[in-house]
Amino acid sequence: MSEAPKPPFGFETRAIHAGARPDAATGARQTPIHQTTSYVFENVDHAADLFNLSTFGFVYTRLGNPTVAVLEERLASLEGGRAAVAAASGHAAQFIAFFTLLQPGDEFLASRNLYGGSITQFGQSFKKLGWTCRFCEPTAEAFRAALSPRVKAIFVESLANPGGVVVDLEAVSAVAREAGVPLVVDNTLASPWLCQPFAWGADLVIHSTTKFLCGNGSSMGGVLIESGKFDWRKGDKFPGVAGPSRPTTASTSTRPSVTSASP
Amino acid sequence: MQDDLAYLDNDLARIYREVRVIAMVGASPSWNRPSHFVLKYLQGKGYRVIPVNPAAAGKEIQGERVYATLAEVPDPVDLVNVFRNSEAAGPITDEAIAKGARVVWMQLGVRNDAAAARARAVGLTVVMHRCLKIEYGRLFGELSWAGVNTGVISSRRPRSSR
Repeated sequence: MSEAPKPPFGFETRAIHAGARPDAATGARQTPIHQTTSYVFENVDHAADLFNLSTFGFVYTRLGNPTVAVLEERLASLEGGRAAVAAASGHAAQFIAFFTLLQPGDEFLASRNLYGGSITQFGQSFKKLGWTCRFCEPTAEAFRAALSPRVKAIFVESLANPGGVVVDLEAVSAVAREAGVPLVVDNTLASPWLCQPFAWGADLVIHSTTKFLCGNGSSMGGVLIESGKFDWRKGDKFPGVAGPSRPTTASTSTRPSVTSASP
Repeated sequence: MQDDLAYLDNDLARIYREVRVIAMVGASPSWNRPSHFVLKYLQGKGYRVIPVNPAAAGKEIQGERVYATLAEVPDPVDLVNVFRNSEAAGPITDEAIAKGARVVWMQLGVRNDAAAARARAVGLTVVMHRCLKIEYGRLFGELSWAGVNTGVISSRRPRSSR
């Protein structure tokens, strides 16, 4: 329509500024810590719009918090993803990812070169939920050989901790794409400065922000970032993500009360 | 839908700054339809949104009377928002040109290149396959609240939003 586009912002600029703006109310340049559980509504109509997800805004810090949102957008930006959700730890981010993707009886494939905590979470803790992790050598050939109709995801670390194994993300992502399942990459050890897995075909990226992203040993955290490019409707493997809302919700033509819509 | 369309943030922001009256073709009276809550959202940002929908003509949506066609809207319209399918966007674009609108904006999933070329040839601005609500939220900070990568970096204090 008009003049030439501005050049895209560089990594360093985004590492400092992405997701953050001066505070609308006070003008504070740095992001304030919004230490609150809940947010007020202007009236019942505004509350209903928020609960119906028909307008933007905050409801409850478990669902979203202005300080956390800055971290989420910043990491989505640094990874080149569409959007992110932050969690209390990398383990929690992994749990959110698989809780969303898997049903009881489902399987996923994971590299056998993983952070010890992840080996335990996938190999032991997840069994309680009826999820089976099959550990493989982190090569395209090994993952292809291990595929089955029950497999719903492939998980690797871009740079394995420990061992420093570098996984060929492009080749493994091709296997995932053929199978119609997402490639989930833990990019904690590499950080987005060294590797951006979405550029090599990953669909979800996970970080323990506890390590390099925090960088000073003071705070635990995790994040799950989505590329925005995986078609969750294809193949009918992910009803929890792509399925329609409950028929009762979809067909109702009357406005639900705030209490019945609350999470 | 293939998205090889590229719009500059500055151009979209100018549309939001300059537009006052929007005609939404395909606006639904049902509160849980996207057109309805996009209309309501835009009203909350200070725009007047006039609904056009032959099936609801004569009724009101969010306090605005619904017209059967764009031609029947008595007031001048700055932007025509197409909440119909890509095929229907053709004749709607021609009506928007006849109505004297300056912008034709087709919603996410709606694209009609031939219609866009006709509109641009007579000086209109055309946006296709974008949501009027999402882009507003993206440019002015609200989409950031959901952890979405908006691509927007600003050192300006945002205007307080409702």
